[in-house]
Amino acid sequence: MMHIIDRRLNPKGKSLSNRQRFLDRAKKQIKKAVDDAIKGRKITNSEGGERIKIPADGLHEPHFSGDMTKGNRNRVMPGNKDFVPGDKIKRPPPQGAGQGGREGAEDGEGEDSFQFSLTRDEFLDIFFEDMALPDFIKKSIRQEVVHDYQRAGYNRQGSPSNLNLKLTMRNSLARRLCLHRPRDEEIEQLEEQIAALREKTTPSAAEQEELQALLEQLEKKQRRRRVVPYIDPLDVRYTSFTEVEKPNTHAVMFCLMDVSGSMGETHKELAKRFFMLLHLFLIRQYTKVDVIFIRHTHLASEVDEETFFHSRETGGTIVSTALEVMQQIIKDRYPAEDWNIYAAQASDGDNLNSDNARCQQILTEELLPLCQYFAYVEVWDTHEAEMFPDDSNVTRLWQTYDLIRQSHHNFAVKKVTRPEDIFPVLHDLFAKDKSREEA
Amino acid sequence: MSASKKKTSVTPLFDGAEWDFDKVNNSFQAIQKIALEELGLDVYPTQIEVITSEQMLDAYSSVGMPLMYNHWSFGKSFLHDEARYRKGQSGLAYEIVINSNPCICYIMEENSMTMQALVMAHAAFGHNHFFKNNHLFKQWTDANAILDYLQFARNYITKCEQRHGQKEVEKILDSAHALQGQGIDKFTRRQKLDVAALRQIELERAEYERSQYSELWRTLPETTSKNTGEIDLIEQELARKLGLPESNLLYFLEKHSPVLDNWQREILRIVRSVAQYFYPQRQTKMMNEGCACFVHHTIMNRLYDSGQITEGCMLEFIDFHTRVIAQPDFDSPYFSGINPYALGFAMMKDIERICENPTDEDREWFPAIAGNNQPMKTLREAWENFRDESFILQYLSPHLIREFRLFNLKDDTTKPHFLVDAIHNERGYKTVRSALAAQYSVASLDLDIQVTNVDLHGNRSMILSHNITNGMTLEEKQARQVIAHIRRLWGYDVSLNSREPDSGKIVKTYTE
Repeated sequence: MMHIIDRRLNPKGKSLSNRQRFLDRAKKQIKKAVDDAIKGRKITNSEGGERIKIPADGLHEPHFSGDMTKGNRNRVMPGNKDFVPGDKIKRPPPQGAGQGGREGAEDGEGEDSFQFSLTRDEFLDIFFEDMALPDFIKKSIRQEVVHDYQRAGYNRQGSPSNLNLKLTMRNSLARRLCLHRPRDEEIEQLEEQIAALREKTTPSAAEQEELQALLEQLEKKQRRRRVVPYIDPLDVRYTSFTEVEKPNTHAVMFCLMDVSGSMGETHKELAKRFFMLLHLFLIRQYTKVDVIFIRHTHLASEVDEETFFHSRETGGTIVSTALEVMQQIIKDRYPAEDWNIYAAQASDGDNLNSDNARCQQILTEELLPLCQYFAYVEVWDTHEAEMFPDDSNVTRLWQTYDLIRQSHHNFAVKKVTRPEDIFPVLHDLFAKDKSREEA
Repeated sequence: MSASKKKTSVTPLFDGAEWDFDKVNNSFQAIQKIALEELGLDVYPTQIEVITSEQMLDAYSSVGMPLMYNHWSFGKSFLHDEARYRKGQSGLAYEIVINSNPCICYIMEENSMTMQALVMAHAAFGHNHFFKNNHLFKQWTDANAILDYLQFARNYITKCEQRHGQKEVEKILDSAHALQGQGIDKFTRRQKLDVAALRQIELERAEYERSQYSELWRTLPETTSKNTGEIDLIEQELARKLGLPESNLLYFLEKHSPVLDNWQREILRIVRSVAQYFYPQRQTKMMNEGCACFVHHTIMNRLYDSGQITEGCMLEFIDFHTRVIAQPDFDSPYFSGINPYALGFAMMKDIERICENPTDEDREWFPAIAGNNQPMKTLREAWENFRDESFILQYLSPHLIREFRLFNLKDDTTKPHFLVDAIHNERGYKTVRSALAAQYSVASLDLDIQVTNVDLHGNRSMILSHNITNGMTLEEKQARQVIAHIRRLWGYDVSLNSREPDSGKIVKTYTE
């Protein structure tokens, strides 16, 4: 007795829910590992697309098992070649190939037996998982359209550069076979035979007849070759491309930093991390992100990244100069209609007192209406932070900026003292909740 | 009768690789005829289910069962199998067969018609017969109830998740899964699962256990007034009541844990029941595969002999069969232990040979069956009454030891060398045979871990004992993790002692 049931049409993905449970569980580990990786170091490295491996620690299912490196046991094995009782065989090294190693791996289920490899994209996705562009920014993300070419099969017409040789030759071969186009060898053979016959000084009647027949054959074949060409226009195929429209988004990110003497290496290091994270964040959101570095003392100038972070300058501190340079660059190269403009400013809070009003004016009147987002971080070293633990003792620049913040949604100010603070700061700046409150 | 003559008299069941339902059906009937009439097999009714490769992967992840409760570990194995399959590191099984009544066989749609015929002979008759007749399966599993029970388990756990949250349920399942290997009744008869009565039992159990627990909550002052002799008596009485020592840790925790809720106990019971269901499969893997391979080999040859399958089909079958029963030598890069298909099939064929064409050696070693000319009867008895360990002890012949060129390697980890202590010669046969049998024994498959003591009058700590076999202690890191899981289920301190089997001396103590 039997039934046959066709289960192929049953809904797929029976294990989808288990899969989801597993990913949820793994996600905690991945997230943790990613956050750990960020804390200590390597923000610079994650630019380079390296892979990060995450040991599946809490995903291990433990069970009681014997310690294969202890005790004594018998192992019956097949395929004896020349062993006789009493033979001794040297124990293979524990990690190496061979008997011992393999058995060990099977039974001892190593901790790293189940690993995830995160590509850089996945890594960043998880890294920025709970951050998002504020909604009000999203609204204004420019959907600029660019044109791109995509393969679209084959065509009979096209430009010579797109000739598809393989397909053309295949068609040609098929046609020649079907129409019995005489091959080169056949013609050559005939010509040789004719030549041989002609060389004879006194050909017999039979030979002359043969010659005649051969000549006729040759003539026929050559005519056929002319009628059935090697490559006919019918055979020719071109690889075809079609134009597709792709949405594109551009953003420019301004990094403004005070590089005057009051900014120490630690300050710069902190600022650098902040810029780095912001950059990573933006390249997740936009296909093209330009980065402009503007450093300032009492004078401001646009520089390259290397100079921005590493060269030393001396001088006073006038923040508004940097804002002016930024304003100028926007006007010249990054019209606000075409670009999403982000700015991040890092400073230790020092500024010429008389300049604060000027800063406020430029920001509120000129820059903030153009920018999607303007973030200001004030970097303090730990020593300073300990001396002034509460917020009452703030710098003048902070006071000014804090005023602006109260009236502008797209402006944020934060204080940073240690590398660990960076991530939460960025997190706060772009936190999903915040955007909801303000939107 | 020549081959060409046969072909004119009988039309083949099918030709070419394509299959359809009619061909499958006709082949099944032809196979069934041979299986029941010639081989005398006794099987459950069969239900053939055609599935896609994706569904096969799904089935993999739920330990081969058609339905299973939800847990992340099944998702883990799914992703693992899927990744391996996509990379081409491993192929998929051609079939999965479930020990149920009716016996469910999954066959893959990608299989050629030859493979479908082979798979039906292998699973729907070979495995099916083994499931229905082997004494271990008869005793420990209930093919009629398993699917209903899994349905109950799945619903119950879903209900628990709704009521208590997925996280809480997951915790219990994690801990219970860690003890799966210690959740088996090894030596007592399993009660049949009666789905209709389960709900009632669940209620009764709750009531019964409440009365049991009163003992646990006995307060200290009562006992301090009594003298030590009385306390000893009480302890003994308690141990008796608790059924100590108990090797089924999941059972013990389910019945006696002071911290678990009723639903948590029921989950332990579910995990325990599923583990128990698979227990016979582990003990009969080699025989079960041997039986199925023997059956499909015999049936395919009969079909060919009677002209019901073509030569092309036969070639395809032989090619496949040879690969399945290949046994790489110990020094081959493909070696990964003894292939149960190879050894199983070879032993069955060997028994057939001993029954029909015994040598003098066979007559000496197997006087009961040599030359009895009843190979099928002999095999059916063997399939019914043995497990891997006893089957090897009983039937592994010197002839086969020579054919496999088996040798025994003594591996004493305290010495720098392995020692070859027996090979395929007159002096070695018995040693090799008993050593091989021991590898399939319960003792070497499962660790001997028991609950030996529970301090109910003090801090309620639980003490487990591990009886060391072959001088092998526990893998420490995992042992600690498992003990942490036991602690979650027991609620109080748990420690485990590894003891010398003879002296009872504690070699090593593991705690959380």
